[in-house]
Amino acid sequence: MEPSEIFVVVAGVAAIGWVNWYFFLAERRKGAVQAKVGATGFQQVVIRVEGGYTPARVRLRAGQPTRLVFDRREDSSCSEEVVIPEFGIRCFLPAHQRTGIDLPAKRAGAYEFTCGMGMLRGSLVVEDA
Amino acid sequence: MATSSNAALSMAKPAAVAPAAPRGQARVAIQVSGMTCAACQARVQKTLSASPGVLDANVNLMTAEASVSYDPALVSPEALAAQVRSTGYGAALSRDGADALAEQDAARAREFRELRAKALVALGAGAVAMIASMPLMAVHAHLGLGAPADPFMRWSMRVLNPPLSLSLPWLYAVPPWALTVGLLALTTAVMAWAGRHFYTRAWAAFRHHSADMNTLIAVGTGAAYVLSLVATVAPGFFVARGVPPDVYYEAVVLIIALILVGNMLEARAKRQTSTALRGLMQLQPRTARLVRDDVELDVAVDQVQVGDVVVVRPGERLPVDGEILSGVSAVDESMLTGEPLPVEKRAGDRVIGATVNGAGALRYRATGVGAGTVLAHIVKLMREAQGSRAPIQRLADRISGIFVPVVLSLSIATFVVWFVAADAAPAVRAFAAAVAVLVIACPCAMGLAVPTAVMVATGKGAELGVLIKGGEALERAHAIDTVVLDKTGTITEGKPSVTDVVLAPGATVGEDVLVALVAAVERASEHPLAAAISAHAAGRNLGAMEVQAFESVTGRGARGAVGGHVVLVGNQALLAAEGITTEPLDARAAELADRGRTAVFAAVDGVLAGLLAIADEIRPTSRDAIARLRRMGLEVVMLTGDTRRAAEVVARAAGVERVVAGVMPEGKVAEVERLQRDGRVVAMVGDGINDAPALARADVGIAMGSGTDIAVEASDVTLMRPDLRAVADAIALSRRTMRTMRQNLFWAFAYNVVGIPIAAGALYPAFGLLLSPVLASAAMAGSSVSVVTNSLRLRRFRGA
Repeated sequence: MEPSEIFVVVAGVAAIGWVNWYFFLAERRKGAVQAKVGATGFQQVVIRVEGGYTPARVRLRAGQPTRLVFDRREDSSCSEEVVIPEFGIRCFLPAHQRTGIDLPAKRAGAYEFTCGMGMLRGSLVVEDA
Repeated sequence: MATSSNAALSMAKPAAVAPAAPRGQARVAIQVSGMTCAACQARVQKTLSASPGVLDANVNLMTAEASVSYDPALVSPEALAAQVRSTGYGAALSRDGADALAEQDAARAREFRELRAKALVALGAGAVAMIASMPLMAVHAHLGLGAPADPFMRWSMRVLNPPLSLSLPWLYAVPPWALTVGLLALTTAVMAWAGRHFYTRAWAAFRHHSADMNTLIAVGTGAAYVLSLVATVAPGFFVARGVPPDVYYEAVVLIIALILVGNMLEARAKRQTSTALRGLMQLQPRTARLVRDDVELDVAVDQVQVGDVVVVRPGERLPVDGEILSGVSAVDESMLTGEPLPVEKRAGDRVIGATVNGAGALRYRATGVGAGTVLAHIVKLMREAQGSRAPIQRLADRISGIFVPVVLSLSIATFVVWFVAADAAPAVRAFAAAVAVLVIACPCAMGLAVPTAVMVATGKGAELGVLIKGGEALERAHAIDTVVLDKTGTITEGKPSVTDVVLAPGATVGEDVLVALVAAVERASEHPLAAAISAHAAGRNLGAMEVQAFESVTGRGARGAVGGHVVLVGNQALLAAEGITTEPLDARAAELADRGRTAVFAAVDGVLAGLLAIADEIRPTSRDAIARLRRMGLEVVMLTGDTRRAAEVVARAAGVERVVAGVMPEGKVAEVERLQRDGRVVAMVGDGINDAPALARADVGIAMGSGTDIAVEASDVTLMRPDLRAVADAIALSRRTMRTMRQNLFWAFAYNVVGIPIAAGALYPAFGLLLSPVLASAAMAGSSVSVVTNSLRLRRFRGA
């Protein structure tokens, strides 16, 4: 094997390792964000929609209604809808606007939300207070 | 589906708060955009509060929403929004469902126009780039640097080069460096304008540690661009290593162009998946004609309140739900119930908003307005169904979640393997194959496979009068092998009616007189059959007669004096006790009993006058529907509380072979469970109210509604019309949809499973076959379009 080939093999393996670390492992370390309880009795959280959901994990208190505010900062059609299957919600999010979605109180558990095609995803972790 | 509480349902639309307010005061929610800080919030709030007519304004920075109480006599919501805009921020009134859909439509239409413009320009630029690269490749070939590695370019050079060199000799006279720089400029322009969103979106996703289709396109075209740029600026770097300084500008432009074309077609097809929902929303008339203080006036439909009197002229669409006060007309309800024939409506009948009045004029009292109408309910259910997810999607979800990083890894591996193993020009070939892997891989087709089918199928169902609760119900329904039908109200009309009037030989009265006399006596009675006779008399337009000396004979019938006649109404025993024989009609009565009909004898002035046969008639469509279900290979079981003998009469007439009789209401659940223990996948069809537990227990609960009220809580599928044929439609639709989803998933997976290895060069060792990145991008663009198009074929479904 020539030196250039050895270099390409080593660089290639390193690149593959980095890709898998970056997309699969690095994001796991980011924690969930706790929703704040407003004066209205709703627990609220703003989720930024831009190439994904930030935060992608939201912690909610059980038994309390919730307002999720999706702040869509892009016009990519990928994120034009948000789907929360457990709640039967498919909602259009206008580009560069905030859209509030109210959820009724839920029991403890994890509920997923995704984009219209199930590519972008996030989760609501409902916990007993 | 875990919940479907009203709270959850109302949330499916963006929060639009308009609670009941005292008269002279209204509330409106305004979406404010552009606010970034508390100062912005304060400014908007101050402006709103200071506006005339505003009682209270509250601006929420986080939700970007202003909630305003105002006096509608002084200011309109539009004027309030304009006030907000005057401060320099954006303002939009909160949307109800129809407006949200319109907005989504507008966004899609805008996207389509934008994509079309970009695709056309990029295609044109691609053609120019292709032509301009021909002289370059000819020069390379001439210099002995070998033919291009990309097979597509090799082919195009063989085909295009000779005619081009003859027709455009001046192009071949341009110095190669000038051509290359020209191509660089063109490509840069295309990437910066037409392809810009691929890069910005890929970057946004990357920052979130996620990757999508844009990532693949951005990395693929970006790598080709950078390599070409180096070859343009420092060709010596390549030549010194024995590699031709090939540029791939035309490939970059063509890849972007082809993917834009694919996205454009996909955007159009995706829009078509919601045509049914759009169609339903457009049924809602904008205005209603009300009668207030004896004056007719037109008002916006959202101003109509429960209790208002609505006037509808012939041919007009009914604005809201209601109950008819006066007028007779045939109303076309097909758009909501799927019932093809107009339904005759008269005073006391209920009507549904959005249906079309026939030739008569109607005046009715509004009973359901706004979100309380049947139409709003259907739309809500449909949106909810389209927000649900079919279990079959889980596999696609799992794969698409890891898809892009895996493809990136495969692409790198492809490069390494080619670099090490290629016999000639390893770097160039390795590079072309790695780019081809990136641009052929398509996660979108997998993501679209199931949701588009669910969207189209639920829309199609609604057109047929079949409301399906969601993807899961749709998926479960395809496996049904046993259909359990409740007898009363499902197979039959559910209310007894007079089916035959038979005069005794030598009767002293005519049919109408007989019915009128019997009805007069029965009207005073409380027997269940009495209602059927009264209704029959009313249907014949027979005037009500007074009864005197009414006397009820328990278990036998009743007697009374009507218009000077002594009338006896009841069974054989009642007449026999008076010494009147029913013998001349006994044979006829027995024959009617065989058909499930009950005979009520009548004697007038001591002489047998005739009989009225009463039955809970089988719906005219039931027999045909059951035959269809059986042709579909389904076992049909009838469930009833009646005695076996009575049940079998109905079963025979309806064409049902398996009958479970004598079942108490609570026994229905046990019967469904017993079938399930036998390994059956059971659909239970009932009226949704009395049968709710059995509907919930069944694998698929199908509630038969009447159109005017939708009882859906316990059911997975709701039929908008009392017609069992819709059950066959629902199951057939589910089967078709399931087939479509499987086809979609198969193609989406197979496409990637086959396409990626070919792009990586798996066929090269055996067949010398390599895939050009340009062709790979064309394949990718085609794959997601074909999946959506396949789902759209469900729109052609015409029922079982």
